[in-house]
Amino acid sequence: MTNLKPADPAPAAEATVTAAPAAGPARSGWRSLLPTMTPWLAIGLVLVAGITLFGLLGPLLVGDPRQIRDQGLTPPSAEFWLGTTQTGQDVLAQLAYATRGSLQIGLLVGVLATALSAFFGIYGAYRGKFLDDAFSLFTNVFLVIPGLPLVIVISGFVPRESRGLWTIAVVLAVTGWAASARVLHAQTLSVRQRDYVAASQVSGERPWRVIVVEILPNLLPVIASQFVFAVIAAILGEAGLSYIGLGASNSATLGTMLFYAQNGFALSLGAWWWFVPPGLMIALFGMGLSLVNFSIDEVINPKLKNLRQHRKRARRALRLERELARRSTQETDR
Amino acid sequence: MNYFLRKLSFYAVALWAALTLNFAIPRMLPGNPVDILLAKLQQRGETVTPETRKAYALLLGGDSSDPLWIQYWDYLKNLARGDLGVSVSYYPAQVSDVILTSLPWTVVLVGIATILAAVLGVLLGAIVGWRPGTWLDSLVPSTTLLAAVPYFWLALILAYLLARVLGWFPLQGGYDVVLTPGWNGEFIASAIQYGFLPALTIVLASVGGWLLGMRNMMVSTLSEDYILTAEAKGLSPRKILRSYASRNAVLPSVAGFAISLGFVVSGSVITEQVFSYPGIGGRLLGAVTNNDYALMQGVFLFITLAVLGANLLVDLLYGLIDPRTRARA
Repeated sequence: MTNLKPADPAPAAEATVTAAPAAGPARSGWRSLLPTMTPWLAIGLVLVAGITLFGLLGPLLVGDPRQIRDQGLTPPSAEFWLGTTQTGQDVLAQLAYATRGSLQIGLLVGVLATALSAFFGIYGAYRGKFLDDAFSLFTNVFLVIPGLPLVIVISGFVPRESRGLWTIAVVLAVTGWAASARVLHAQTLSVRQRDYVAASQVSGERPWRVIVVEILPNLLPVIASQFVFAVIAAILGEAGLSYIGLGASNSATLGTMLFYAQNGFALSLGAWWWFVPPGLMIALFGMGLSLVNFSIDEVINPKLKNLRQHRKRARRALRLERELARRSTQETDR
Repeated sequence: MNYFLRKLSFYAVALWAALTLNFAIPRMLPGNPVDILLAKLQQRGETVTPETRKAYALLLGGDSSDPLWIQYWDYLKNLARGDLGVSVSYYPAQVSDVILTSLPWTVVLVGIATILAAVLGVLLGAIVGWRPGTWLDSLVPSTTLLAAVPYFWLALILAYLLARVLGWFPLQGGYDVVLTPGWNGEFIASAIQYGFLPALTIVLASVGGWLLGMRNMMVSTLSEDYILTAEAKGLSPRKILRSYASRNAVLPSVAGFAISLGFVVSGSVITEQVFSYPGIGGRLLGAVTNNDYALMQGVFLFITLAVLGANLLVDLLYGLIDPRTRARA
């Protein structure tokens, strides 16, 4: 998907990347909020979609993940594609259910943390003055207090029986919103200065309407990118908590799988098929989301995008020049 | 207000917030940690006097008759004296002693690994961002895989490959147990050998973030006018890279140290567990499994204190590096 007219060699001649406006037909407002398709974005989308589908549909296709058999610790085979655990449970079946659990908590925490960061970041920056100072201080304090140790302490105090999915989600959200609140704060400060915001304030709009209708749409790419980060962080954080046995007591996630693998001595028994897939799943999902975020970054920071387009244009111009040179030599040869 | 004064007062507030959180958490959550702790103490043969009970109730809340603000004041007074209570899992050791013996392990491990990762990531990021569009630069998105890998899983994989299959490094522990800890060559060599895998885990998992941040800042910096001027003056590319582009691009990386340090400390807590490293993370998790609430809170306080201290140091340095921050006030 290029929105460039046939190569115009002029931009290529410039040594620096200028903020050249897109040469093609003007993109509509909403289109310009959507990232451009690149190979990396495609890989990211395929990874995210594939793993989400696996988490949604996988549990319907596999057997009971808890069923115990007398074939303990068998390597991957035709019957069990990912082998079995120490007690003969099907690793693939566990992986499917665990992926679903991890995605669930990731989504839940992502929404909660984004809502918190939007409140403290956007509302504080919009109101300004004392409230902004107070919110900023609050955000910065949460930013420097290390998250996971705090989560561990909180989970340690909650008795195991009352440690449900929501408890863990709330704890992870409360300890994980600060960084994106700061990003949103900075962005809101710049949006708030614009004339149309002032215009709607002068015309007597209520603060909430100004925020939701005038400011929020301009922050959508930033919020989307922060949401993606929050989901990654939540899945990683939950995996860490579950791995040390502090996760939700009624859920099966990728971290829980790793916890059982560690406690079943998968490492010293050499059962790589037990502990490699869950971590790889987290890593690939996180990578997919980060790649999607790369493209969102280009929407937020046009310099990055111009760079790519500039590169493309330069390459095209080079090709054109060579072509012309070839033709002219051919002509002189005649 | 003066930049340094402002920073100092911010960290004072952050410290106070951490102390207050520590005070509030056990009081807000269900469960009765004091009774569990005292029962455990009695099992170990300590006679529980009303004074011990009161000391723990101050630390963890519970059925104290005093109003909350008096509890809070007494709690702060106890902390100021360095009294964090007695550890149940290491009975009869004081919590502060348990922490002080394990703290150096973590500080050295995390400190060296973080500095290595930061230097490596910033250097690589500067090189990659300097010539955007080369094949090297097109590989940058793949570093996201490293950033998305759970620390402890990377640790498991490294332990499996390098320690179990290849046998290059010991699988667990912080030093060879036949040696006695001390400042002699043999012991330090052993500590380095045992610390290599945990350090490698932290470096691998955190280098991607540094690289990416630096690369993006380099790309933005390169389009600045002063770079164009430097090129027009005919300065050598090396000089522009070193004295013009990198120095300006590195500033956000330094300022973002707070966030990354929090991540690294969090990640290393669980990594230590994988390697049974004798650091503070292992103590924290041990405390959680043993319901050793006093030790748990003590470790949290110390980790927070260390992170706040490191950040204060970096912020003060930043004020020296970048004069604009001092002028803004």
